[in-house]
Amino acid sequence: MSAKDSPIVTTGDMKEVRLKKSKPLSTKLKDRLFQIVILIWFSIFAICIIYPIIWLGLSGLKSNSDFFLNTWSLPKEWLWSNYKEAWDAGIGQYFFNSVLVTVVSVVAVLLLGSMAAFGLSRFRFKGQNIMLFVILSGLMLAPQVSLIPLYKILQAIGLYNTYGALIVPYVAFQLPFAIFLMRSYFLSIPGELEESAIIDGCNSWRVYWNIILPMGKPIIASCALLTGMNVWNEFMFALVFVEDSSLRTIPVGLMNLRSQLDTNFGIQLAGLAVAALPMIIAYIIFQKQFVRGLSAGSVKG
Amino acid sequence: MKTLRYNRIAILYILPAFLLILSFVFLPIVYNLYNSMFRWSSFDAAKTFVGFNYYGRLFKDPVFYISLKNNSLYAVISLVFQVGGGLVIAAVMEDKLIRKFQPFFRTVFFIPSVISIAVVGLMWQLLYNPEIGLVNGFLHAIGHSRWAHSWLGDSNTAIFAVIFVSQWQYTGYMAMLFLISMQKIPAEYYEAAMIDGASKIKTFLKITIPQIREMILVGTVITVIGAFKVFDEVYVMTGGGPGRSTEVLGTMLYRAAFRNDEMGYASAIGTVIFIITLILSLLQMKLGKSGQEV
Repeated sequence: MSAKDSPIVTTGDMKEVRLKKSKPLSTKLKDRLFQIVILIWFSIFAICIIYPIIWLGLSGLKSNSDFFLNTWSLPKEWLWSNYKEAWDAGIGQYFFNSVLVTVVSVVAVLLLGSMAAFGLSRFRFKGQNIMLFVILSGLMLAPQVSLIPLYKILQAIGLYNTYGALIVPYVAFQLPFAIFLMRSYFLSIPGELEESAIIDGCNSWRVYWNIILPMGKPIIASCALLTGMNVWNEFMFALVFVEDSSLRTIPVGLMNLRSQLDTNFGIQLAGLAVAALPMIIAYIIFQKQFVRGLSAGSVKG
Repeated sequence: MKTLRYNRIAILYILPAFLLILSFVFLPIVYNLYNSMFRWSSFDAAKTFVGFNYYGRLFKDPVFYISLKNNSLYAVISLVFQVGGGLVIAAVMEDKLIRKFQPFFRTVFFIPSVISIAVVGLMWQLLYNPEIGLVNGFLHAIGHSRWAHSWLGDSNTAIFAVIFVSQWQYTGYMAMLFLISMQKIPAEYYEAAMIDGASKIKTFLKITIPQIREMILVGTVITVIGAFKVFDEVYVMTGGGPGRSTEVLGTMLYRAAFRNDEMGYASAIGTVIFIITLILSLLQMKLGKSGQEV
């Protein structure tokens, strides 16, 4: 049978013809209308999200009277000094603390997490499933439950009211998620490479350091971003586990700033803007990794 | 061939992380249960054994029921907005007619979820401010001044005002999760539906939803568990007030421990949070066969 008189092809062609024909003006109009309605809806939603954030940044530039009298308009006088004052009133120190705590926590999570993920993905040994189960169960536990016991434990081991009081619990609580993500990625790395490396006389550390880590770069980047975001934004532990204002991270430091500068809204808002901005910028720059990390697994902060 | 498989050395790689998780995530839960059976203060080493008395007291405490009600409200409203709303938004974003605008809206909708809850809470506290806030300002501007209100100051509206902020912050996050799993659905399914002349709503109900069922389930459980873990936004915006109308389990625990210095009572609240989140997590593992996997 030649293609020409094949009934299947004919039906296919007919269908296509029918489809093209069946897009009359009314459908086009309906599509257009649908598009417009959705765009309006999405735009309103987008404004509801962006406007408060822009308002925050702009109000941070206003004097107090300007803020009260002209809530909506642009600043009469652009007081960049508010940002400087907020920075000097404590945001600078909080910022430094947040950076320190975040960087150390992320490095520790990546190192310990990737080692554990390596051990759990490239080896078979007795007790492996139990270890994996215990680690992954850590994903489900609410931090509130650990708040008081951790507070006592940290006091007992002398970490309370130090940077370590934040770093150690952050690392412990972020590890399960990081291990979960990295393990599934490492499992997908083919075994041939490591086999030939071992024949060449590499020990397991060399395999980990020279093969698995370089090949795992994409997932390590995702883990770094998600861990960094969670640690940067953490509030409850930071509120309870350090006492000195000089050790506070940004989220808690802002509460201090609020009570200090009860009536000076411009400076308060400038402080909030400084706190929000780094994560927004990081997100916009590293969007792809964020999405990749999210699609690999999903746990809310 | 000699490979890494079947090697006990693996334990050395896992041990540091494992011990850290064990001692700072799991040990505290056991210690918490123990603590809940004593009357003790954070300033005093002495502990008096009280058994399960604190649990008895908790179940008689009216604030406990306010908290449970508020956590449940959180869960229900978040399910409607974040899971329901997020699903619809994701599906619409995937529509051919909108798709070219998708990257822009996706980015914008997601932004609030990268900002700290504490910052978002402080910002909304100002937006809700009865005199200077934009919420009332907007109502005046559209001529509905009689709706203007002290949103966080009125015990009838405060909890809804707080819950709304979470919807503002996380609906885009959920939409993003749904979007990611929708993009894994084979395009042929939609083409076939189109040839059959199925409407958009029908396609959504018959193809999109069943195909991402697993993700919807995971999103539902994450949202519900999240609703019982709420702390930051309530603490920042209302501190549980006015009165105790916005108290949730998390703030109730914090107040008992660090305001009233009733560590044993607070620990008992901790155990209740543990049990609720544990049950929900087990449910998630049972329903979604892959557990945490998305």
